[in-house]
Amino acid sequence: MPVRPADERIRDFDEVDLGFTKTEAQAEALRCLQCKKPLCIDGCPVGINIPAFIQQIADGDILQAAATIQEENMLPAICGRVCPQENQCEKLCILGNKSTPVQIGQLERYVADYARKEGLQIPGIANQTKKRVAVVGSGPAGLTGAAELAKAGHDVTIFESLHKAGGVLTYGIPSFRLPKEIVNAEIDRVMALGVTLKCNHIVGRSVSIEELLKFDAVLLGTGAGLPYFMDLKGEHLNGVYSANEFLTRVNLMHAEQFPSYDTPVIRGSRVIVAGAGNVAMDAARTARRMGGKVTLVYRRREEDMPARAAEIEHAREEGIEFVTCANPVEVLGEVNVTGVICVRMKMCDPDDSGRPRAEPIRNEMFTLDADVFIQAIGQGPNPLLIREIDGITLGKKGNVIADASGKTSIYNVFAAGDVTTGAATVIEAMGAAKKAAQTICEMLKD
Amino acid sequence: MYTITKSKEIANNIVEIWVDAPHVAEHAQAGQFVIIRLDETGERIPLTISAVSQSTIRIIFMAVGKTTHALARKVVGETIADIAGPLGKPSEIEKYGTCVLVGGGAGIASLPFIAKSLKIAGNEVIGIIGARNSGLLILEDEMQSICDELFITTDDGSKGVHGYAADVLKNLNATKKLDAVWIIGPTIMMKVTAEVTREKGVKTFVSLNPIMVDGTGMCGSCRCRVGGETKFACVDGPEFDAHTVDFNLLMQRQRMYTDMERTSLDLFMQHTCDCKEEK
Repeated sequence: MPVRPADERIRDFDEVDLGFTKTEAQAEALRCLQCKKPLCIDGCPVGINIPAFIQQIADGDILQAAATIQEENMLPAICGRVCPQENQCEKLCILGNKSTPVQIGQLERYVADYARKEGLQIPGIANQTKKRVAVVGSGPAGLTGAAELAKAGHDVTIFESLHKAGGVLTYGIPSFRLPKEIVNAEIDRVMALGVTLKCNHIVGRSVSIEELLKFDAVLLGTGAGLPYFMDLKGEHLNGVYSANEFLTRVNLMHAEQFPSYDTPVIRGSRVIVAGAGNVAMDAARTARRMGGKVTLVYRRREEDMPARAAEIEHAREEGIEFVTCANPVEVLGEVNVTGVICVRMKMCDPDDSGRPRAEPIRNEMFTLDADVFIQAIGQGPNPLLIREIDGITLGKKGNVIADASGKTSIYNVFAAGDVTTGAATVIEAMGAAKKAAQTICEMLKD
Repeated sequence: MYTITKSKEIANNIVEIWVDAPHVAEHAQAGQFVIIRLDETGERIPLTISAVSQSTIRIIFMAVGKTTHALARKVVGETIADIAGPLGKPSEIEKYGTCVLVGGGAGIASLPFIAKSLKIAGNEVIGIIGARNSGLLILEDEMQSICDELFITTDDGSKGVHGYAADVLKNLNATKKLDAVWIIGPTIMMKVTAEVTREKGVKTFVSLNPIMVDGTGMCGSCRCRVGGETKFACVDGPEFDAHTVDFNLLMQRQRMYTDMERTSLDLFMQHTCDCKEEK
């Protein structure tokens, strides 16, 4: 896939990936074997008819391809960009056995971008059922659930606590990976299905739990927005951020454009990021674009990094330095961060995740200079709302327990996405939300 | 968009506004706050809900930075792009017995709502409101009407007791059994005043005002040390046990963006002076 050169892209927040041209897309589409029993569909959490839309690209009918995708997925331009296709549809593509799989994600993205420019009719809506459904949160799960429910003719209201819809798509994922005009355009299409969006509404605060439970059904899609901190000495020094805060300041509040935008953020010249997931890569690459020399510290080896391979590669190209088998243990500074002490880690026997357990090697310490230190070690479910719902069963990590159909311990409350699983992927949240919406539709029939 | 229905400078540089925000007004309780964002390029800042009337809420603030200066200049009929809330845990209102509410400067704005709630819960409520001088004193009449007894202090002696609110609290604490105390004002004032009640172990609350972004527990910008643990003021507070708060750390974190805040304000002032008519 063509990308912009690294030395150009670290100077702005424009998209890194350039996407296919029509010729490239058609050539790629023609590689598809059109399997009789397509495995790729099994790998798609929302069940897009992948061979069908690829055939439509090959035939040159891009809008028809877009309509095919839209039957199962209202957020294709987003998914085409941020889905880990290499672990899903593309992983199962039969071509991958001998050469490279069809680049399904890039094709989805091409189709969605084409349709956005050319104009694709929004899907039809069933007759109004007069049933009211509340959706809490407007991230991937909330938007997908809302779209499914609205298409089925229900009266859907989304409650969003921030001033802008999109959840992690808006506050979390940077625009160089997911341009905000694309997010906004896809949100607009969901709203065009007749969904009511109430921003600045915090359920449990602006909307009481009693009011919430008066809806015929409730879908919780509040995500995993609670940042974990490492609990280090010096963690409260100025210049220490959770990745959530750092990314929210930039993505949602546009702090990189201060003082044109009012929200400040410290522009680090030496930035340390702890963690190696997609959020860590996003934070590191954002700090890089703000002029910092960025070092990412990870306790395991590079091959154990949970981020997508492409993100790791992009980060490396952009000059992010990786220090592996090391872990921060103390933050130095009087008022502002001046450095981070790290300890070397040794790799031991594999743990439940199959990756080696990392253990500190005593006395093997080193110090990295830093004026900004960003912790990207994971997020948990947002506790604010769910701890106020009486009778809802929670798991150990404060996640809502929901079955495969999205049912929780309360008969008319359903849940999907990171609030049930802890931080996972956009598409898994969407897949779960779709199932939950279908379960809600079944329930509302009676 | 939320419409400003009243706006008035009630003391030097301290402004009272009422804004139509039904989703907040309907649920607001004493001690809670809102996060406002003025416009598309605005920042999100927390402000205490000072009172509620039908679908409107009252916010009282001192114009110190760009956002508060810009808000102070808004006139009736103008709007605020976003108001999220009510946020934070409400004040712990119960029947304590004798309660003292201490307010300093613009922090006095938080007191009437709490005082009223405590009165309704059956408490004797004593107010102490202090300011640098009489020109900066706010809500005297309102507090007078709610409290069983009200003390006024000014640093320069231009009104009431010449001295600090802490001095009056010290006397009360020495002569009377106090069951619960609220101290709300500038961080340094809360820090100093809270020492008065430490020895006798009087239950004392302070309302913390660290830098926030989302206000819903998602970023950790407002993290404070309370009782040796990390707490998020936005969801675990904003009120905490005064005797366990690390005030020095709070003050340090409040100053994180001082230079940038100054830049922002300077640009705003420059702009509004050069082309006032346009604005």
